[in-house]
Amino acid sequence: MVGRAQPVSTWPGVGAAGLVAALILGTLAAVALRAETAGGFGPADWSALRFTSVQAVLSAVFSAALAIPVARALARRRFRGRRVLITLLGAPFILPVIVAILGLLQVFGRAGWISDVLGLVGLPPLRIYGLHGVVLAHVFFNLPLATRLILQAWQEIPAERFRLAAQLGCDGGTMFRLIELPMLRRILPGVLAVIFAICLTSFAVALTLGGGPRATTLELAIYQAFTYDFDLGRAALLSALQLALTVAAALAALRFSQRDGFGAGLDRAIRRWDGGAPVRDAFWIFAAAAFLFLPLAAVLISGLAGLFEMPIQVLRAALTSVLVACVSTVVFLTLALPMAFAVAAGRYGIVELSGILGLAASPLVIGTGLFILIHPVANPSTLALPVTALVNAVMALPFGLRILVPAAREVVTRHGRLALSLDMNKKTFFTLVLLPRMRPQIRFAAGLSAALSMGDLGVIALFADPQIATLPLQIYRLMGAYQMQAAAGAALLLLLLSMGAFWLLDRGGRHHAET
Amino acid sequence: MLKLDNCVVQNGSFSLQADFSVETGASVAIVGPSGAGKSTLIEAIAGFRDLTRGQIFWDGELISNLSPGKRPVAMLFQDGNLFPHLTVEQNIALGLRPNGRLSTEEQAEVQNALDRVSLSGLGGRKPAELSGGQQSRVALARVLVQRRQLLLLDEPFAALGPALKAEMLDLVAGLLAETGTTLLMVSHDPQDARRITQETILVAENHAHPPAPTSDLFDNPPPSLRDYLG
Amino acid sequence: MKHLMIAAGILSATSAMAADTPQLTVYTYDSFVSDWGPGPKVEEAFEAQCDCDLNLVGVEDGAALLSRVRLEGANSDADVVLGLDTNLIAAAKETGLFAPSSVRAEYDLPIEWADDVFVPYDWGYFAFVHNADAPAPASFRDLADSEAKIIIQDPRSSTPGLGLLLWVKAAYGDDAPEIWAGLADNIVTVTKGWSEAYGLFLDGEADMVLSYTTSPAYHLIAEEDDSKAAAAFDEGHYMQVEVAAKLAGTDQPELSDQFLRFMVSDTFQQIIPTTNWMYPAVIPSTGLPDGFDALITPEKSLLFSADEAASVRDEALTEWLGALSQ
Repeated sequence: MVGRAQPVSTWPGVGAAGLVAALILGTLAAVALRAETAGGFGPADWSALRFTSVQAVLSAVFSAALAIPVARALARRRFRGRRVLITLLGAPFILPVIVAILGLLQVFGRAGWISDVLGLVGLPPLRIYGLHGVVLAHVFFNLPLATRLILQAWQEIPAERFRLAAQLGCDGGTMFRLIELPMLRRILPGVLAVIFAICLTSFAVALTLGGGPRATTLELAIYQAFTYDFDLGRAALLSALQLALTVAAALAALRFSQRDGFGAGLDRAIRRWDGGAPVRDAFWIFAAAAFLFLPLAAVLISGLAGLFEMPIQVLRAALTSVLVACVSTVVFLTLALPMAFAVAAGRYGIVELSGILGLAASPLVIGTGLFILIHPVANPSTLALPVTALVNAVMALPFGLRILVPAAREVVTRHGRLALSLDMNKKTFFTLVLLPRMRPQIRFAAGLSAALSMGDLGVIALFADPQIATLPLQIYRLMGAYQMQAAAGAALLLLLLSMGAFWLLDRGGRHHAET
Repeated sequence: MLKLDNCVVQNGSFSLQADFSVETGASVAIVGPSGAGKSTLIEAIAGFRDLTRGQIFWDGELISNLSPGKRPVAMLFQDGNLFPHLTVEQNIALGLRPNGRLSTEEQAEVQNALDRVSLSGLGGRKPAELSGGQQSRVALARVLVQRRQLLLLDEPFAALGPALKAEMLDLVAGLLAETGTTLLMVSHDPQDARRITQETILVAENHAHPPAPTSDLFDNPPPSLRDYLG
Repeated sequence: MKHLMIAAGILSATSAMAADTPQLTVYTYDSFVSDWGPGPKVEEAFEAQCDCDLNLVGVEDGAALLSRVRLEGANSDADVVLGLDTNLIAAAKETGLFAPSSVRAEYDLPIEWADDVFVPYDWGYFAFVHNADAPAPASFRDLADSEAKIIIQDPRSSTPGLGLLLWVKAAYGDDAPEIWAGLADNIVTVTKGWSEAYGLFLDGEADMVLSYTTSPAYHLIAEEDDSKAAAAFDEGHYMQVEVAAKLAGTDQPELSDQFLRFMVSDTFQQIIPTTNWMYPAVIPSTGLPDGFDALITPEKSLLFSADEAASVRDEALTEWLGALSQ
């Protein structure tokens, strides 16, 4: 059907992609043009590049590899609380970095719970700091994302395929090879590329868990170039390098992910006949839940005491954050849906590429670039909230597209021909077929975008107005004022709000996850 | 009259030539070895594949530059003929009005079509709640309300049992007779071809031959068809 | 969006007001403007006497603050920049964006202050904070020989981190790399900023954390908790002096001078100790708050001049990276 008439328009998506690319590349260009000296590349930058790439590759590989058995177990088993579990799985992903670091180290740190238990039996405390610590933390952040993406793909395999395999008497292993492996081959390159790109811009997590300057990442070098050296040229150069790495990863992913869908199925309830070993599935679900929930429990426990002594400013900030999340989600959907349809309707690699750019764009560069662009025409702090909402939406795009694109592609391949032969116009196809068929994915993506926006510090720190603070910024302010307990309470509130927003929006996803 | 004028269709490294006409109201089977290009041919007529050369006319008017929905063609595919999230009625209604709400008369027409395919009372169901035969009937009901002059079948009943398939073909034949629709039907089974078509197009060796009387062709098959029929 | 419109409405209202009342824009670091910092009280007190509108704008930290001013250049909206420290003064002066001021005061600083551009408003000593019931080392060498675990901040992203770098350099000069090599096994980890480090310390992840000698005062005064103490080091303690200056491009030169004068006055200086948790540059007539007397007072104060700090920074950073990247 390539090159033929399509039931969806591609130009809005191409336009949206153009806007996103203009924002990311434009801000980078603004920074580069403002530079007084051309940025140079020192030996320290090379080692930062090396460390950044190594930890990002390892983090991506481990996150994806561990997500496969977890997603498989979740796809095969039905149990009480499965829905709640799947929603909660998303929590680590949306925690503000500083809260997540404290939560993780309360469990895995020298004085953490695990070290305490080890101490009881006379063992030395856990040695968490180092490359393995960086990878552990990144797996903590990204395992849930990888699991959700893979689980989604798993559930998109038409039930007919499993029925066929069951009828053929396939056991778990054969079923894996026949049906699930091709699905994984299709989805994994994208998952790997996304996580790789997320980890490229890691800074505070990598440094803290890495245990010192050995764990210097490109993003730290960018920060240093901006603030301590005011070397905008070097900042722009390093940021361009991050973008180049991400584009390379994205191109590799696009190349390796096969585009064929699974053909049509008739919406039968997903039932599996490959019982497999329930014990093994239970192990994976339990292990993943423990790994992800223990640090969350630490956040919860630290936060409970502070939850009731939160100053009024925290509640005001919470309101602001909810508002930013709402606006951001609307902006996100306005950009992401047309982009997903454009990708589905043709080989618009450039659309996918500009979507993934948001991952690798250093928030510092975007923020500074926007500041340089806005400052001559308006007071940046009056635009703090709209700019934060916009940047948060763009940052959520890569995740949103990973969720929306496969579904959109599936709908267009499955139903596009029929719609065309019926002379259905693009608007009707959109409202009558695309939207209803993609509702679970749209709700999931919107929920993720809202939650991410709520938890992301974004660029508000660069534009801040003392009267307007988002909740993440207020948490940093509380910590800066020694108010660690109130900060922990605010972090818990943030976690609850993010999860609440996600739950509210993703509810539609349940019907898909449950049937 | 459907006329394929000196057409070439490319599908990857495979190409198919077609230069023939089909009379209005005729029922024509398309047979040939697997992979010979039967589906390619029918998809080119429906507008899902571009011609690399030549033109297609319907009643003297050029249609090969029209998009699929603008051609006088209704088509049933091997699968995916219904939207799974829409009810039977909604699916049929799309044949009348793909982009809007139905008038009362049109709603009545949908009900008539449902009656005609013996599915009265099942209009509110979703496709997954129906048997395979019933799903095929819904698709046929939609074809009925579409009122296109040319019906293309790409083995939509292949999954049905022989009795059920025969029943469907009879239903198609009945509908054709009522509406004067022209039929092109891909088939693997000489029985099917004999059942409702008078003429057959043999697709073999990169070539779609002009229609020949069905019985002659099967009684006296050329070598390429003989190998295929065994 | 309603909220946004209200916000925009308030802003346009204030700018309408600004037509009659002069407006003074002060850039500072974020924790200064936060509701728990000095900002709100300072704003109230200054507006009560200046017949003007004081607009405090918060920018992350001191280093980011200077970058912001450099980014805006001569067109900066700021009239005054408050929150640089001595380590940033050389770079700040080099920009030529700051103007000398006539403001002088009888500073209660452990050192002589003679800079005609930058006016100090508070200061403190860097120190390792520990639990009062645990034994504390008395020097870097002690610390290196001990089993004590410490958390420090990265000098490339944090002001205290840079302070520690210069502390070791000021105390040990060419022997600094040796000290860092000795400390390497004591350092649990290095964080991006002060908040992560202090939070981890409070969670028990390390025995000591790099902070200020005044940190225990917060716990003592705000939380009535005397369990935290700062370790006194024989080498002396490196100082942080926080300063402000007016910009050469200000359209409110007189109001800016008035603000700087206010900054070293009793009113402002009284606000500092229990909001910024630092020593006031001029001890106010009411003296220091109770609790500050319990703090350690280093025998020796270490501080590079602005020019020295700028010239040793890169070398010290290379040594630090070399010693800790093994």
